[in-house]
Amino acid sequence: MANFYKDNKALQYHLRHPLMEKIVGMKERDYTQSQEFDYAPVDFDDAIDSYDKILEITGEITAETIAPNAESVDKEGPHHANGRVAYASKTQENLDVTRKAGLYGVSMPRKYGGLNLPNVTFSMMSEMIAQADAGFQNIWSLQSCIDTLFEAGDEDQFERYIPRVCNGETMSMDLTEPDAGSDLQSVMLKASQDEDGTWRLNGVKRFITNGDSDIHLVLARSEEGSKDGRGLSMFIYDKRNGGVIVRRIEDKMGIHGSPTCELVFKNAKAELCGSRRLGLIKYVMSLMNGARLGITAQSVGLCQAAYNEAIDYARSREQFGVAIINFPAVAEMLSNIKAKLDAARTILYETARFVDVYKIWEQISRERQLTPEERTEMKRYNRLADAFTPLSKASSSEYANQTAYDCIQIHGGSGFMRDYTCERLYRDARIMNIYEGTTQLQVVAAIRHVTTGTYLAQMKEYAEGQYSDEVAPLKARVDKMMAAYEEAVEKVKSYENPDYITFHARRMVEMAAWTIMSYLLCYDASREPELFMQSANVYVRYAEARLAANMKFINDFTPDETAIYNQE
Amino acid sequence: MSLNIVVLAKQVPDTRNVGKDAMKADGTINRAALPAIFNPEDLNALEQALQLKDAHPGSKITLVTMGLPRSAEMVRESLYRGGDDGVVLTDRPLGGADTLATSYSLAQTIRHLDKVDIIVGGRQAIDGDTAQVGPQIAEKLGLPQVTYAESVKVEDGIATIKRRIENGFETVTCPLPLVVTVNGSADACRPRNAKLIQKYKYAVTPSEKAQLSEDRQKLVESRPYLNIREWGVADIEADPNQIGMKGSPTKVKTVVNVVFQAKESKTIEGGDEAQLEGLVKELIADHIIG
Repeated sequence: MANFYKDNKALQYHLRHPLMEKIVGMKERDYTQSQEFDYAPVDFDDAIDSYDKILEITGEITAETIAPNAESVDKEGPHHANGRVAYASKTQENLDVTRKAGLYGVSMPRKYGGLNLPNVTFSMMSEMIAQADAGFQNIWSLQSCIDTLFEAGDEDQFERYIPRVCNGETMSMDLTEPDAGSDLQSVMLKASQDEDGTWRLNGVKRFITNGDSDIHLVLARSEEGSKDGRGLSMFIYDKRNGGVIVRRIEDKMGIHGSPTCELVFKNAKAELCGSRRLGLIKYVMSLMNGARLGITAQSVGLCQAAYNEAIDYARSREQFGVAIINFPAVAEMLSNIKAKLDAARTILYETARFVDVYKIWEQISRERQLTPEERTEMKRYNRLADAFTPLSKASSSEYANQTAYDCIQIHGGSGFMRDYTCERLYRDARIMNIYEGTTQLQVVAAIRHVTTGTYLAQMKEYAEGQYSDEVAPLKARVDKMMAAYEEAVEKVKSYENPDYITFHARRMVEMAAWTIMSYLLCYDASREPELFMQSANVYVRYAEARLAANMKFINDFTPDETAIYNQE
Repeated sequence: MSLNIVVLAKQVPDTRNVGKDAMKADGTINRAALPAIFNPEDLNALEQALQLKDAHPGSKITLVTMGLPRSAEMVRESLYRGGDDGVVLTDRPLGGADTLATSYSLAQTIRHLDKVDIIVGGRQAIDGDTAQVGPQIAEKLGLPQVTYAESVKVEDGIATIKRRIENGFETVTCPLPLVVTVNGSADACRPRNAKLIQKYKYAVTPSEKAQLSEDRQKLVESRPYLNIREWGVADIEADPNQIGMKGSPTKVKTVVNVVFQAKESKTIEGGDEAQLEGLVKELIADHIIG
């Protein structure tokens, strides 16, 4: 029986990263819950064994149910009638099976019925679900909205909403509006209070993924007369209360299983979540960071699917009497797909670990006061999580597109036909570097970590790590990439011109990403050469050449030349 | 009304994925080369039991399996999906049993459980394909039986069963207690559940417990639900002459490797009625059809 977890040694490797012992120990509060909950682990080995088993369940469901359903979901898509969404029939089956397997409320504490799993494990489940059906991953992974409710809400809200999500009720984050896409400060949906204090929502939201969900987090303007982000608050809308209809669902290029809705709020009863005015500047930022990591996992899952399709085809397709995998041009494409997959995956789990350490400290800080050392560590990981989230989202979603493109190329003319899975992957991938912030906006989020040195400091830490003798020559090349990156950044900064930094931002962020992923792959290859040596070799060469190109562009450029690119 | 449900299940070699090492030179199954799995139609039966439990809260599902000690895995697979406990019937004298001895041993096991309302099992196992054990258990326990079931519902002590028959379905009713054998066309079994697998992953029989570390043994001792019953001949008070080889009148004389190949072919041209009639007659005479 196929199993996306058992068949994937890289996932099993990342689950056993040395930092996991710390993360799991923190998440389990030193394993103090096993008396109270019969499914809580008693020690680290027990916890990892449980994660393994949960991932195995997910691996079985994804390989045996969700993946085989994907083609039918893609063709059928969701239905819209009477202001409601009905999922494609196989999407409903996917929901049923994941609910029966208990794969909801994954990150939530046990006292609300959750599984209390770290983000690393959640992201692994997310990745496998995306590998099977990227559109269904949207619906499933939106359960992570509950993390924001758990951060911003109050105990009464936790008790009312978290158990429902743990039982498989779905969520959505209602942010975008017709005139507020990337610029969420312009959100207009109006929140006003009745005399008794009840909040009511009126207005329109657009492009809402899974917009007919059970529990919505809604960004709305609570401060009358305000114009910017500080007038926005976050609300919980419970579908049981009514007041929101789905006006239409979008006819999209890909991720057909995921209904994208236009919502009309008509005096919809809602409740405030967290403090007024902090909707955008605090909670939505947290929501978006979670969602971005979700898209990173989705992108990695898509890369894995593209790699599997490409290599299967290349092995079985014969031309000129030999399997096409034997042609150097095909083999190189496959090697690059695999290297990008391994690179995207290693930065995904590095980011997930940073997010875990930071978020778990934050949760513990709500239970007790942290020591100064603990606070420092929380801040450090918060910064790393902030820096790595846009980097991994941008890299992985671009790779998803590139690998899906190459996957079709390997299929040749057959890949252009709808008969092959690669065609769906190509369409599904296209949104990944757009939604939850385009790659261009990820660069905006990442650039300050270029200029303030977060990435460089982390690279230096990687440079000082232990590597095997076999990997050492490769690692030395990455050290040179780091030096080149540092030099390029200094050169751009030396003009002391913010517009000039913006002009080269993408080039510098890419250089940071390539160098960091090269270090991470060198580390992986040191620990598990059989799994990662080839990808480390391929990726470092690829990244080195790309980095040199960006370097040349920056070196040969002067600020006055930016005018070449002016557009009216 | 809550129900006491027994699920009969067998651990079988996975004959669906047969490689070239699947058979030994003497024609017997090479069990080492085939992974041991939950017999597929027994999973359909387990799902029916779980649906009955969903519909009748408080019901209890006991999985009964006979086989090697490692069959305890079958009980765990049931616990991971919502089952409540189980019995592993394992003892050397029980080995080599045919369907008669197996059904006797299982019937004896069921007699030693609390009062049972409904016994469900798969129609047949993929290793033997006899479909005899379920019906024989019903006979031995003096219970009515319904075979080829696709769904089982219970209301007011009466079971309503949808049966798969040639060209369609029939719906029958039967008072409890009864034995039901479930067809592979019934609902597929639900997946293992993330919480239940964490709760029950250390569930062990006494012989398995001995293999665990001291820490884990203590854990098992502190949690009664982690102890799976492992019964032998003495526990079920079985007649030694009715179990194992001794109780099995079926004797395998020889096992022959069958290689399918067309020895000869015959082409019949045209298609008038006389020719077709001749063809059909010939096929009947050769026992190919009819």
